[in-house]
Amino acid sequence: MPKITYIEHSGKEHVIDAPVGQTVMEAAVKHAVPGIDADCGGACACATCHVYVDEAWLAKTGEASSMEQSMLDFANEIQDNSRLSCQIKVSEALDGLVVRLPKSQH
Amino acid sequence: MNRVIIVGAGQAGGEVAQRLRQGGFAGDITLVGEEAAPPYQRPPLSKKYLAGEMDMERLLLRPASVYADEHVAFLSPTRAVWIDRANKRVRLEGGRELPYDGLVLATGARPRPLPVVGADLEGVHLFRTAADVDAIRPRFEPGAKLVVIGAGYIGLEVAAVARQRGLDVTVIETAERPLARVTSPEVAGFFLDEHTRQGVRFVLGGQPAVIKGRTHVTGVGLTDGAEIDADLVIAGIGVTPETTLAQHCGLKVENGVLTDDHCRTEDVAIFAIGDCAARPMTHYGGRVQRLESVHNAIEGAKIAAAAIQGREHTVEAPWFWSDQYDLKLQIAGLFQNYDRIAIRGDMAARAFAVFYYQGPRLIAVDAVNRPAEYLGAKVLIQKGETIAPEIIVDAARSMKELVAAAG
Repeated sequence: MPKITYIEHSGKEHVIDAPVGQTVMEAAVKHAVPGIDADCGGACACATCHVYVDEAWLAKTGEASSMEQSMLDFANEIQDNSRLSCQIKVSEALDGLVVRLPKSQH
Repeated sequence: MNRVIIVGAGQAGGEVAQRLRQGGFAGDITLVGEEAAPPYQRPPLSKKYLAGEMDMERLLLRPASVYADEHVAFLSPTRAVWIDRANKRVRLEGGRELPYDGLVLATGARPRPLPVVGADLEGVHLFRTAADVDAIRPRFEPGAKLVVIGAGYIGLEVAAVARQRGLDVTVIETAERPLARVTSPEVAGFFLDEHTRQGVRFVLGGQPAVIKGRTHVTGVGLTDGAEIDADLVIAGIGVTPETTLAQHCGLKVENGVLTDDHCRTEDVAIFAIGDCAARPMTHYGGRVQRLESVHNAIEGAKIAAAAIQGREHTVEAPWFWSDQYDLKLQIAGLFQNYDRIAIRGDMAARAFAVFYYQGPRLIAVDAVNRPAEYLGAKVLIQKGETIAPEIIVDAARSMKELVAAAG
């Protein structure tokens, strides 16, 4: 199973086994990683699963859709590597992915 | 408070347990659920779960093992049957009694039953739980004749999934338009046109009189004598808040258990959240309202957990969404009492936002495939800011630009 590392804003790391086919958000929420709220459950409706994708992984995670980008425009402290983790599907190619969490989702 | 009991293990109840532990609450937490499954997401029931694209494990908010890991005693399937406020005890069915220092009522709501003869026939279903959908699925097959009673969000989402699966779909609605309770005639008209184009037939102003059939449903008879063939009937005609426990122990109940800004009832040890409760709406002059939404379940959980732990919490303005076909409807705020609308974008292009105003003030938005308009309005409503209707429709300026200028 691909391993994903979530790094909280405080620096605390969580390494999670993420099932292929689920999203990066779901794997975090199901393991209670603090800092990813995902209030809407992955419907791309709330922008509370914002993460920063580690630079080395940007090519593999792909680009945000226009809907996702519009949502991100209103998220807090957005950067060039910002994504909504509910829109990144876990695959074998993402084994080792590192994402960092913003200070707050609200 | 050292011992917290949460009655109701839907999204609201599950979130309270999680928020308390995340907030460092070290006391006992007991979560009492009527359904066997641990807390799960209800919104996908009328979307991906009905479509067969999501299984129960994925529906769970958190894996079943988390409750034991976090020392949350999850008792299910069982019901709380009595609250003894004087001695601070909850009695479960079977007689077991549990003491509490803090009690959270998250009992949810029950779907209104169809008030007609034949509602108990096979093939006639209400729509609230995963079990309801599991019972529907075997007959939810291409070519089957589905009659949906009620054109609210659940009815229309079910109709959309059914059309995509190739069912023959008729929607019966007593009002003269769909979504009458939840949106404006403009947005309702848009969704009526979309569904009609997708092949859904509507009977508006139609009143079911009888469900016909011997053991299994064969049709729905209307009060005007018309009859519609049916292999499957799904009713989504609203819910009633589950307030029995609260009423029996003397708490104030109107449309929902009444609470203050902190989701606290008149009994300082008892909170009420989610579909079963009504609280003052912070962003709407404190008018007391009961909301049925995921956001309200989560928000109530955050408010109650903060109050139990003596933490501050900033209340977030309401939001909601609905997925139908390739349309994503995103709603921020509460549209009731609007006196003016402004439309940004193009309904014909299936990407637009309807902004609702009360006097000069922006109070809500319904955005279809326009996430920036949704989030922009959400930010404005949260801050109590507004953008004049004649300015907000200016397509030459991005929503982000408009919102930044409003501050």
